[in-house]
Amino acid sequence: MSMTASLALTVPELILSVGALLLLLVAAFGGDGFARAIGWGAVALFAAAGFALTGPAGNGGPGFDGLYIADSFAAFAKLLIYIAAAVSVAVAPGFFARTGGGYRAEYPVLILLSGVGMGMMVSAGDLLTLYVGLELQSLSAYVLASFLRRDTRSAEAGLKYFVLGALASGILLYGISLLYGFTGTTLFAGISDSLAKGMGTGQMFGMVFVFAGLAFKISAVPFHMWTPDVYEGAPTPVTAFFASAPKVAGMALLLRVAIEAMGSGTDAWRQIVVFAALASTILGAVAAIGQTSMKRLLAYSSINNVGFALFGLAAGSAEGVAATMTYMAVYIAMTLGSFICVLQMRDRDGQPVETIASLSGLSRSRPGLAAAFAIFMFSLAGIPPLFGFWPKFLVFDALVRAGFWPLAMVGIATSVIGAFYYLKIVKTIYFDDPAPTPFAPAASKLEGGLITLAALAVSPLGYLAIPLLDATSMAAARALF
Amino acid sequence: MIGLQHYLVVSAILFVMGVFGIFLNRKNVIIILMAIELILLSVNINLVAFSAYLGDLVGQVFAMFVLTVAAGEAAIGLAILVIYFRGRGTIAVDDINRMKG
Repeated sequence: MSMTASLALTVPELILSVGALLLLLVAAFGGDGFARAIGWGAVALFAAAGFALTGPAGNGGPGFDGLYIADSFAAFAKLLIYIAAAVSVAVAPGFFARTGGGYRAEYPVLILLSGVGMGMMVSAGDLLTLYVGLELQSLSAYVLASFLRRDTRSAEAGLKYFVLGALASGILLYGISLLYGFTGTTLFAGISDSLAKGMGTGQMFGMVFVFAGLAFKISAVPFHMWTPDVYEGAPTPVTAFFASAPKVAGMALLLRVAIEAMGSGTDAWRQIVVFAALASTILGAVAAIGQTSMKRLLAYSSINNVGFALFGLAAGSAEGVAATMTYMAVYIAMTLGSFICVLQMRDRDGQPVETIASLSGLSRSRPGLAAAFAIFMFSLAGIPPLFGFWPKFLVFDALVRAGFWPLAMVGIATSVIGAFYYLKIVKTIYFDDPAPTPFAPAASKLEGGLITLAALAVSPLGYLAIPLLDATSMAAARALF
Repeated sequence: MIGLQHYLVVSAILFVMGVFGIFLNRKNVIIILMAIELILLSVNINLVAFSAYLGDLVGQVFAMFVLTVAAGEAAIGLAILVIYFRGRGTIAVDDINRMKG
C-alpha cells in the first residue's frame, strides 16, 4: 500500500493533530482571551474528524504495513470517543467560570491531543502503535487531572494518576517486551500466528502483563485503586472526560488485543477477563454503598459498568464483542449525562457541591434536573424500560449463548446490589427533606440541552435506535474476527 | 558466555526493584519517579536483548520510542510534582492523603 493510501486512513488523526497544533499557536499568541473560541474550534475539529470517518478512514483496512488498522470497529469506537471528547470540551468553560476561573486555552488542546492518542489506540495493529497511542492519551490525561493548579485536590489527583499510570505503562511495556521476545514480532497478526502454534510460558507471562496494564487503563479491579481519588480530585469536566472517552478507547483496545492478537489463546485470557469482570462488578457495587461524594460514587459506578462490559469479552464470541461495544455506547450517554448533572450541582451562592446529601429535595427546587438525574440513575441500574437495560441484556445473552450461565447469574446478582445505591440517590432526590442550602437556578442552556439529549438517548426512546446500534456494533465486531 | 537468559534475569530483577520502589517507599515522590525510570529501563534491556537474539531490528526501534516517551513522562511527572509542592509545601508520600479511597 502506498504512503498516500496509508495516510488517507489516518485522516481523522491528521485533522486532530494538525488542528491541535494550530490551536496551540493561537493560544500561544492570543492568550487566554481566545480560550472559548479555541474550545469551539476543538469541537469543530472533533466533528470534522468524525465526518472523515465516512471516507477510507472508516473502512479502509490495514495501512502502514499493518501498523495501523482503519476498520469499522475502529470507526465505531472513534465516533464514540469524538462525541465524548467534544462534550467534555463544550461543558468546560461554564464550569471553570463558576468555580472562579482557571479555564485556559490549553484545555481543549490537551483533549484534542488525547483524542489523537485514543484514535491511535483503537486503530493499533501493532504493539508499537498501541504503546505510542496509549502514552499520548495518558500523558495528556495526567496534565488534565491536575488542571486546576491552585487546587491541592486537583494536583494530588494528577500526582496519583501519574504515578499509578506510569506504573501501569511499565507493566504493559514489560509484557510487550516479553511478547515480542517470545513471538518474534510486534504485529498483532504475527503474534496471533505464533500463539496458534501453542502458548509457552514466556508468551503466557507477556499476555498476563499486557492484560494487567490494559486493565488499569479501563480501571478494572484489581487495578482500580486510582479511580475514586482521581475522579474526585480532578475538575468535574475532566472527570466526565476520564469516565467516558478513555474508557471506550481502553476497552476497544483490549478487545482488539484479545481477539486479533491473542484470539488463538482465548482459553488462556478468558480466566483473566472473567476474574476482572466478576471482581469489578462486585467491588463496584459493594464499595459504592458507603460513599458520600457523588463523584466518588460515579467512579465506583464506572468500575461496576466496566465489569459488565468485560462480561461480553469473556464470552469470546462476535456477539459478545458487539454487546461490549453497544454497552460502551450506552454507557457513554449515561455517564456523560450524570456528570453534566453533577456539573449543575451548586448551592445558592453558586459554589459547586458534590455530596449526595446536598441533592435532597432537588425534586422541588429543580424538578427538571431531578427527573434527568433519576433517569440516569435508573438507567445505570439497568432497570427497564430505560435504555440502560438493553446492553446489560445483550451482554448476559452473549454469556448464556457461549455457555457461561453461572457467570451471567453472578452478574445479574451484582446488578441487583448495584441498584441499591442508584435507588438511594433517587430516594434522596425525591423523598428527603430539602437541603438547608437550596440549589442555584439553571444557568447554562448548553448543559441543559446536553442533559436533555442524553436523557432522551437513555429513555425508552433509545429502543428506536436498536436496529441501527445492532447493525453497527455487529459490523464492528465482525471486523475483529 | 553471556546469553539471553542473563539479560532477562537482570531485566527482571530491575523490574521487580522498580515495582517495589514504588510500593515500599514511604519517603519521597522523587524516589517513585526514579523507580518508574528503572522499570522503563528494565524493559529496554529486555527489548534490546531480544532484538539482538532474534536478529530483528524492531526491538531496538521500540527501545528508542520507549526512551522518548520516558523523557516526556518524566517531564510531566516533575511538572505535576512542582505544582503539588507549591500547594502543599511537601512531597512526602505519607502526606498525599487529601482524598481517601
